[in-house]
Amino acid sequence: MKKLKMSMAAMLLLVVSFANAQSGDVKSEAILSDYFSLKDALVGDDAKKAAQSGTKLVAALKAFDLSKYSKEDKKELADIIEAATEHAEHIAKSAIDHQREHFKMLSKDITDMVAITGTKNTLYEQFCPMYDKGSAWLSTSKEVRNPYYGSGMLKCGKVQKTIQ
Amino acid sequence: MRIVKTIAIILLVAFVGIQFIPTERNQSSIVPATDFMRVNNVPETIQKKLQVSCYDCHSNNTQYPWYNKIQPAAWFLEDHIKEGKAELNFSEWDSLSNRRKKSKLRSIIKQIESGEMPLHSYTLIHKDAIFTKEEVVEMNKFITQLKDSL
Ligand code: HEC
Repeated sequence: MKKLKMSMAAMLLLVVSFANAQSGDVKSEAILSDYFSLKDALVGDDAKKAAQSGTKLVAALKAFDLSKYSKEDKKELADIIEAATEHAEHIAKSAIDHQREHFKMLSKDITDMVAITGTKNTLYEQFCPMYDKGSAWLSTSKEVRNPYYGSGMLKCGKVQKTIQ
Repeated sequence: MRIVKTIAIILLVAFVGIQFIPTERNQSSIVPATDFMRVNNVPETIQKKLQVSCYDCHSNNTQYPWYNKIQPAAWFLEDHIKEGKAELNFSEWDSLSNRRKKSKLRSIIKQIESGEMPLHSYTLIHKDAIFTKEEVVEMNKFITQLKDSL
């Protein structure tokens, strides 16, 4: 009985530490969460909501904490954050076509960020070959809902990579 | 009638008055080592087009037009230069990271293709800043090549 308890505890510990290593951090999860509400707003053709998410995203990016990363990652992340902030600022004050242009570049930045920070959720990188010679974005769901076309072509795209 | 006259006089005085308010000048005689033209291999036709169409608002050196002597026109230009440089400054091009260069190049293509840049208020007077269809294609090709080489 005692042995069982011990091994269960050990298992638990293992699971927890594993989850921890994979989970990114609170700050990058906050960025992702704003990115996803932005994406959903674009899927819904809602420029106003997209602008609001853009404003939130600017704040989340500003709050990002680099301190726990290695020197190399720090440099890369700082660059990513700076570029992403610029896109989020534009999204916060533009019409929907322009929001979508910047969303494309933002998606690349966020994807590169996740490659370094990791995330607790499974993400799906989706790709639509039609928008601007091919454009990608991230989603928490496998199902394709296109943020570049919205209701105009909701289903354009496929999952090209699973990130976990 | 008297009221119209008074208003006209007030406006005239105001117009003359604002002529004396100094404007900031955006001019520099050196082309810094970070300038877009110095760090990239830019063909002459492209250089000329960028300089004529974009550099007045997107670099540290504006070739001031005649109307810069007249307020409030000069203020508009000053504003455009400030905002334009915050978005994109060709004079400081090389201080950007590759990631940001690529995103700027993408924006440049989009802005020219959609006809948003150069600004209409500018091309109204600067006719030579307007892009012909062929010039758009040529510029697009060069900028895309540059972006893909980064
Ligand atoms: C009369 C001044 C003026 C001229 C000339 C001008 N711009 Fe701009 N540009 C601005 C201003 C002001 C902004 C910021 C506000 C805006 O986006 O409208 C801007 C913004 C931009 C942006 C960022 C747009 C975005 O939202 O992503 C790009 C890229 C750009 N300009 C490229 C160019 C290029 C290329 C040319 C030449 C073909 C050019 N501009 C000519 C004033 C100018």
